[in-house]
Amino acid sequence: MPTITINNQKIEAKEGQTILEVAKDHHIDIPTLCHFPDLDVQSDCRICMSEIVGQKKLAPSCSTPVKEGMEIKTNSQRVYNARKTITELLLSNHDTNCTACERNMNCELQTLADTLGIDENRFENILEHEPIDDNNPSITRNADRCIKCGRCIEVCKNVQGIHVLDYMNRSHDTKVAPAHGKFLNDQVCTYCGQCANVCPVASITEKSDLEKVTHAIHDETKHVIVQTAPATRVSLGETLGMDSGSIVTGQMVAALRRVGFDKVFDTDFTADLTIMEEGHELLSRVKEGGKLPMITSCCPGWVNYAEQKNPDMLDHLSTAKSPQQMFGALAKTYYAEKEHIDPNNVYVVSIMPCTAKKFEAAREEMQVHKETADVDAVLTTRELGKMIKRAGVNFKNIGEESYDAPFGITSGAGAIFGATGGVMEAALRTVSEVVNEKPLEKLDFEDIRGMEGIKEASVTLGENTFKVAVAHTLSNAQKVLDDIKAGVSPYAFIEVMACPGGCIGGGGQPYTTTNAKRQERIDAIYNVDTAMKLRKSHENPAVNTLYEEYLSEPLSKRAHDLLHTHYKPR
Amino acid sequence: MEQKLLTKHIPGMDPMNIQAYLDVEGYQSFFKAFKTQPLDIIGDIEKSKLRGRGGAAFPVHIKMMSMAKQKETTRYIICNADEGEPGNFKDRYLMENNPHQLLEGMLIAAYATRANKGYIYIRGEFDTPIKIMHEAIRQAKAHGLLGTNIQGSGFDFDLEIRSGAGSYVCGEEFALIESIEGKSGRTRVKPPFPTDVGLFGKPTLINNVETFSNLPWILAMGGEAFASIGTESSTGTKLVSVSGNVKHPGVYEVPFGVPIRDVIDTLGGGTQNAQKIGMVQLSGASGPIIPEYMLDLTIDFDRFEDFDSKTGAGAIIVMDDQKDMFNILKRISDFFEHESCGKCTPCREGNVHMSKLLNKFLQSDATEKDLMNLESLSRVMHQTSLCGLGQSAPTAVLSTLKYFRDTYFDRIEHPQEGGLA
Repeated sequence: MPTITINNQKIEAKEGQTILEVAKDHHIDIPTLCHFPDLDVQSDCRICMSEIVGQKKLAPSCSTPVKEGMEIKTNSQRVYNARKTITELLLSNHDTNCTACERNMNCELQTLADTLGIDENRFENILEHEPIDDNNPSITRNADRCIKCGRCIEVCKNVQGIHVLDYMNRSHDTKVAPAHGKFLNDQVCTYCGQCANVCPVASITEKSDLEKVTHAIHDETKHVIVQTAPATRVSLGETLGMDSGSIVTGQMVAALRRVGFDKVFDTDFTADLTIMEEGHELLSRVKEGGKLPMITSCCPGWVNYAEQKNPDMLDHLSTAKSPQQMFGALAKTYYAEKEHIDPNNVYVVSIMPCTAKKFEAAREEMQVHKETADVDAVLTTRELGKMIKRAGVNFKNIGEESYDAPFGITSGAGAIFGATGGVMEAALRTVSEVVNEKPLEKLDFEDIRGMEGIKEASVTLGENTFKVAVAHTLSNAQKVLDDIKAGVSPYAFIEVMACPGGCIGGGGQPYTTTNAKRQERIDAIYNVDTAMKLRKSHENPAVNTLYEEYLSEPLSKRAHDLLHTHYKPR
Repeated sequence: MEQKLLTKHIPGMDPMNIQAYLDVEGYQSFFKAFKTQPLDIIGDIEKSKLRGRGGAAFPVHIKMMSMAKQKETTRYIICNADEGEPGNFKDRYLMENNPHQLLEGMLIAAYATRANKGYIYIRGEFDTPIKIMHEAIRQAKAHGLLGTNIQGSGFDFDLEIRSGAGSYVCGEEFALIESIEGKSGRTRVKPPFPTDVGLFGKPTLINNVETFSNLPWILAMGGEAFASIGTESSTGTKLVSVSGNVKHPGVYEVPFGVPIRDVIDTLGGGTQNAQKIGMVQLSGASGPIIPEYMLDLTIDFDRFEDFDSKTGAGAIIVMDDQKDMFNILKRISDFFEHESCGKCTPCREGNVHMSKLLNKFLQSDATEKDLMNLESLSRVMHQTSLCGLGQSAPTAVLSTLKYFRDTYFDRIEHPQEGGLA
C-alpha cells in the first residue's frame, strides 16, 4: 500500500494503481482524451500529464504506476502549460467550427479547451480537408474532426475483433481510417457504432435522419408512427441530464407525442412477436432435425458480421426478422388495413439504441411493398434526445403517458430484449411453458444475465435437456462460432448481440457508455420487467389477437411472408 | 588519445571470413562463458559498469538481470542496428568491419539470459552491413556457433536479420519491436518494459551494436579491468562519429573522459581552412548544440545529463561560424517532423509548428512572441512526448535557446542583418 501525496493531500494508494486511478478514487479530476474505461491504455494524447516532484519530465497519469513516497501535482503551472499546449496543438489540426458540429456543447475537446481557458490558439490551423465518409446508411466519419486518440480503433479491434479502423500514415499525416483510406462501405464494417459511442469528438457519429423525420412529421399527408426499442427507455434520460439507469418509459411516450408523432408504439410488442416466431422455429428445428444450434437474428450488427465474415454459418441464423422489422412489416400491412390508411402514407420511425438498425431498415429484403421501406427512418437514442430538446419539451418534468394500442401492449419478456441474455430468457420463458404445458416456477434465468462475455444455461423441454448460450460483443460471437465450426458446440440455441451488454450498450446510445453504465441500464431493464403484469410473450393478449385476426399461427404462410427473412453472403 | 578495443582489429581483418576473427582469439570469450554460470557472467558485467551505448546509458547488467529473472522461458535478444541518427555511423562501421565481434556479444548475452532466439534489426538502407551480417551468420552456423546444442553445451541460439523500410523511429526500442512483429513502427506505452513484455509479448533484451560488441572484451579482461578504463561513471571506450567541418571525418575509439575539443582537434584534425568553430552538435540530430567555449567538456554520460539529453556522445558534428543557426535548426526540425510516428500529440503536431516557427526565424520574420511560443512548445514536447524521438526532437532548439539566446534576439531585432544565409 504505497503512501503518496497528490496536490499536498496524503493518500493511501492501492498496489499497482496508476496516478489516474488513485486520483479518481479520491475525487481528483484529471482530464483524459485517449483513455477510456474498459479499453486498453494507449497514453497517446498526453493530456493527462502530471508533475512528479523531482522528475524533469511530466508523467502520463493514465500509465504511470504510483510508487511509495511519490509527490504528485496534478494542477501545477507546469501541468497547466503542458495541457494547454497539447490542447492547442490538437485544435490546430481540427475543424474548429464548433457551432457547425453536432457535438457542440457536448464535446470532450471543446470542454477541455473551455476548462483550460483557451481563447486564442497560439498555433495556426494546419488542417487539410478530407472527404466525408457517409456512403452507408449508418455511420458518418468526418476526418477533419479526428484527434487521433485511437479509442475507435481499440474498440473495433479489441472489443469487436473486427479491426476495420486503424492508423494510416505517420507524423501529422496520421489518420484514422479503414484500410487503404477507403470508405466504411468498402469494408467489413458491421455498423455496430461502438466507434461512434467512444469518439470524444464528432469525428464518428451516426448518419443523422433527424431532418428527414422532422420533415415527415410536418407533412400533413403522412401518418407518422413511432416505435421505441426496449433499451431506449433506460438510457434516453442520460441525453437529457438524468442519471444513467433512469427509467423514462412514460416520459418518452409523452415527449414523442409532443414532438408530433401521430401514434406512439413499442418495439417490445414485436419483441414478444419475435419470441413467438423464433421460439416456434426453434421447436420445429428440434423436432424436424433442422440446423442446430439456432442463433438469434434480431441484432443487425451481428447479422452483418455473420454475412460478411461467417457466410458458411448463415443457415444457423433464425429466419425471424428483428422486432424493428416485424413492426415495420405489420405497420404497412395489418395496421394500415385496420386503420384504412394507404400504406404509402404510413411513415414508420424507430427509436433505436443502435446505428446498424439504420442499415437494417435500408435492406432491400425489408420491403413488404415495393415502393416503400417497411421502416422509413431510424433515430438513435442520441438523436431522439436532440429532437426532444429542439422541440422545447421539458423532459424531466413531463407527465408520464402510455403507449397507443394495439402495438403498445407488451410484456416484460419483450422489455428484456434490451440486455444481453434477454432474448434468450424471453424465449426460454415461452418455449418451456409451450412445450412443458405448465407454468415455470421461476421466471428469472439469472445464469444468462450480466456482463460476462459468454454465458450458458440448460433448459428441459419435455424429456430432453438442452444447453443454450448467450454471447455479446463480436469477438465473443466468433468464439462461439468457431466451436460450432469445429463441431464441439454443445448448444441448441445461441443468442448473439454485437454490442457489449446488448442493446443497452449499443452504438446509438448516449455518449461515454462505460461498462459501469451498461450495468446500471441492465439493472433498470430487469426492474422494468419485474414491474410488468405480463412477463411472458405468449401471454401478451395483443399478440394473440394479432394471430387470431391476421396471422393465424406462428410460422404460418402469412407470418413467413411478413415476419421472416433470408441472409446472403456479402 | 585513441584506445582501441572494439576497433582493435580494424582495419586489416577480413570481415567476410570467420577464420580471421578466430585467429585473433575471436569467440574465446563465448567459450569462456560456457564454463561460467550465467548469473556470474551478469555479475562480471555489473563489475564492468557497462552502460548502454544506444543513448539512454542504462546499466546493461540491470536489463540482463531483469531478463534472467523472468519466469517465461521464451525470451528474445534483439540487436538494435537501426543506426538512423544523423551524424552517427559507428554501428555501421562495427558491422562492416567486425561482424563476428557483434555475434559473439549477442551469444554471450543470450547464454547469460537464457534466450534462444535473437534478431538483428538492421537499418533498411544499410545494404553492405546487411550483406556482411548475413554472411557472418552463415559462417557462424557452419562453425557450429549458432543453432542447436552449440559446441555440445546443450545451449540453442538462433539468429535472424530483420530490416525496416528506413523509418528513423524504428531505432526506438518499442517501434523496433513492432516493426519486427510486422506492424508499422509506432512505439508502445511503458511500462511494461521490453524485459518484461517485449517482442511477441515475451521478455526481450535490446541493446545496440556497440553495447553487444563490448561484451567479449569484458569477459576477456574481466569486469574490474574493464571498469578501470574511462571514468568513474562511464567505463570503457566510446566510438565517436566525427563529421561536419573537420579535416578527417570518421569513427574514432577513445576512452571515456577525453575532452571533445581534443577529439575535434587531434583526431578530426580541426576545421578545414582553419575556420572558427561556431557550433558543435553532440550525439546527432537529437542532441544538444553547444558553443565553442564549451568544448572542454569531457565525453562522459553524466556530463550529458546536464543537457537533459541522454543521447550520449556518439557523434560530434562540427559547424563553423559561417553557418546560419536557423538553417541548421530548421533542417533538424524538418527531419523530426518527417520522422515522427504520429502516435502522441506533442510529437505528431508539435514538430509541424516547431518547423513553422523556425522558418519564421530563418526568413527573418519572427517576433518576440514567436520566440516565446517556440520555447514553450519545445519544453512541452520535451516533457510530454511518449518516446525518445519526441522528447529529444526539441533538444537542438532548447540548447540553442540556452547557449545562443542572443542569436534569436538578434534575428528578431535586426532582421535585415540576418536574412537568409
